[in-house]
Amino acid sequence: MTVSLFFQHLANGISLGALYALIAIGYTMVYGILRLINFAHGDIVMVAAYVAFYGAAMYALPWWLAFPLAILLTAGLGMIIERAAYRPLRGVPRIQLFTSAVAVSFLLENLGIVVFSGRPKAFPRPAFLDKPLHVGDVIIISYTPVAVAVALILFGGLLYIVHRTKVGMAMRALSKDIETTGLMGVDTDRVIMIAFAIGSALAAAGGILLAIKFPQINPLMGVVPGLKAFIAAVLGGIGNITGAMIGGFLLGIAEIMIVAFFPQLAGYRDAFAYTILIALLLFRPTGLMGEVEPEKA
Amino acid sequence: MRTSITRNRILTVLALAGFVVFLVYAQTNWDAYRLRILNLCAVYTIFAVTFNLIYGYTGQFSLGHAGFAAIGAYAAALLTMSPEQKAANFFLAPIIPLLRDVEWPFLPALLVGGTLAALASLLIGWPALRLRGDYLAIATLGFSEIIRVLFVNWQRITNGSLGLKGIPDHTNVYWSWGAALVTIFVVKRLVDSSYGRALRAVRDDEVAAQALGVRLFTHKMMAFMLSSFFVGVAGGLMANLISTIDPKVFMFFLTYQIVGITVMGGMSSLTGSLVAAVLYTVFLEVLRPIESPFDLGPLHIPGIPGMRMVLFSTLLLLVILFYRQGLFGQREFSWDGLLNTLARLHRRVTGLWGRTPPPSTVEKGEQ
Repeated sequence: MTVSLFFQHLANGISLGALYALIAIGYTMVYGILRLINFAHGDIVMVAAYVAFYGAAMYALPWWLAFPLAILLTAGLGMIIERAAYRPLRGVPRIQLFTSAVAVSFLLENLGIVVFSGRPKAFPRPAFLDKPLHVGDVIIISYTPVAVAVALILFGGLLYIVHRTKVGMAMRALSKDIETTGLMGVDTDRVIMIAFAIGSALAAAGGILLAIKFPQINPLMGVVPGLKAFIAAVLGGIGNITGAMIGGFLLGIAEIMIVAFFPQLAGYRDAFAYTILIALLLFRPTGLMGEVEPEKA
Repeated sequence: MRTSITRNRILTVLALAGFVVFLVYAQTNWDAYRLRILNLCAVYTIFAVTFNLIYGYTGQFSLGHAGFAAIGAYAAALLTMSPEQKAANFFLAPIIPLLRDVEWPFLPALLVGGTLAALASLLIGWPALRLRGDYLAIATLGFSEIIRVLFVNWQRITNGSLGLKGIPDHTNVYWSWGAALVTIFVVKRLVDSSYGRALRAVRDDEVAAQALGVRLFTHKMMAFMLSSFFVGVAGGLMANLISTIDPKVFMFFLTYQIVGITVMGGMSSLTGSLVAAVLYTVFLEVLRPIESPFDLGPLHIPGIPGMRMVLFSTLLLLVILFYRQGLFGQREFSWDGLLNTLARLHRRVTGLWGRTPPPSTVEKGEQ
């Protein structure tokens, strides 16, 4: 393998990783606060891609209007899901909450099939994301730096919110103890809803990037990236935003590199992430940056 | 008390005999379509009852059902297909010699399928059953996807994404309902035994159960492997029923359906799993027309593909949110319960006719 080919693969890996990272952050945020694996997260990704598709292709909106609009609407969807399917279950055993998340995911997928039809649709790709860029011998399409930039900017924004604003402080408090935080005068329901809105908005950004990267969308498109993003979140240490970011990029790069170095394993690419997950859970369940958490009854 | 036990036994035997008569009648008189539904009812019953064992009774949320069913289905299919059928199927790459010429009877094929599924569950259960709730769910879901990816890639064993066609249609209502009854019987005996009480203790409070000397891991593993064994058998029945399988049949969608059926029937109620599985299968068929276009007088109503699953998943969500115990909650069918209900109905009906009801013959407190 030549050096330039290596960098070529690295660029591909980074562009895939940016995607996983964006989706993983939403997973990790919700998990950090509610201790819930929001199983429907991957399907929120799918809905965002469709909303963007309808905005850009059906209503012929320019992309700079269609995409932010899709992100906004998806954030709203995240809030609705939280309000309708998760809030009524506060205080019941967590596994019930997770069952509800599975049901929401199942519902979104089926609704997607009915409303958007099961047939894949071609996603309109903004032309400026298709330009080849030459960096030395390596050719990358302009999508890659844009995706990475989007991921980093949103990541920075999220860090700012979590660490520098009052809502962020409330979120951090919630992740320690919801009840006590409520007693201290924080409107916990509102903060949880905001966390869902932010998480879904990030998922939406990931979904649009996903749709641009593989310019085809279908109602089940979110499931596998969603699962992999969750694995990325576990890899980084679930509940840790920086960890999710790093885990996302690592997973993306690793997936591409495995196939690059062992082409005969290409067919098994999708199994790779799950194998990482199982190994990780065996040997280092806290992930790279997670902290050990005492077992709560 | 003793008389009621004897009475209940007699009633059970009579009910089983009646059911067998019904099966014989159905197998000889029903057309292929209705038989297929009846068989599917049994397969889904096994799926739901086994999911109930691992989730409802033991509290371990495993999302691996589709993967274990796939193992059982492929094993049974490959073992029962004739060498000619296999040759016709594997035209891209020849099947491995080990499997090329085998053609087994149905029973050993099913058992091998179940055993392989149980071994696979040992493989994933060993790391995953130490995990808490939702982690376990993701790990098993991941495992189930690994199995699917392997089956897509093992061209010379599974024929890859082309799948297998022309699997012999060994499954009839005796096989399917026989397996379903055996599953219900075994699971029922297990959950009513001291092991079953230990499983419930694990479900309700792991720390307390451990303090009382219940070996968590052993108990979880036992429930998991037993459940996977029967799932594997059900997969084999399914393969020899629908006669065409490919890896797509065993996507996570299948697992979600099983979760839905079990939750709606009621966690920790085998009666609930059975009733919900039958209702689900039947309603799915009854509602089939809404997915294809039809004419209502002058009105042309276009079919909405996928609508049934939307209804099902909406219903599932509503059950989880507002009616968490499902159809049966933790209750089971019993003759005493049935007879009491009938007696109450009888009294109510006689009351409607204006006669004074006979002095209560039923135990007090039944009102």
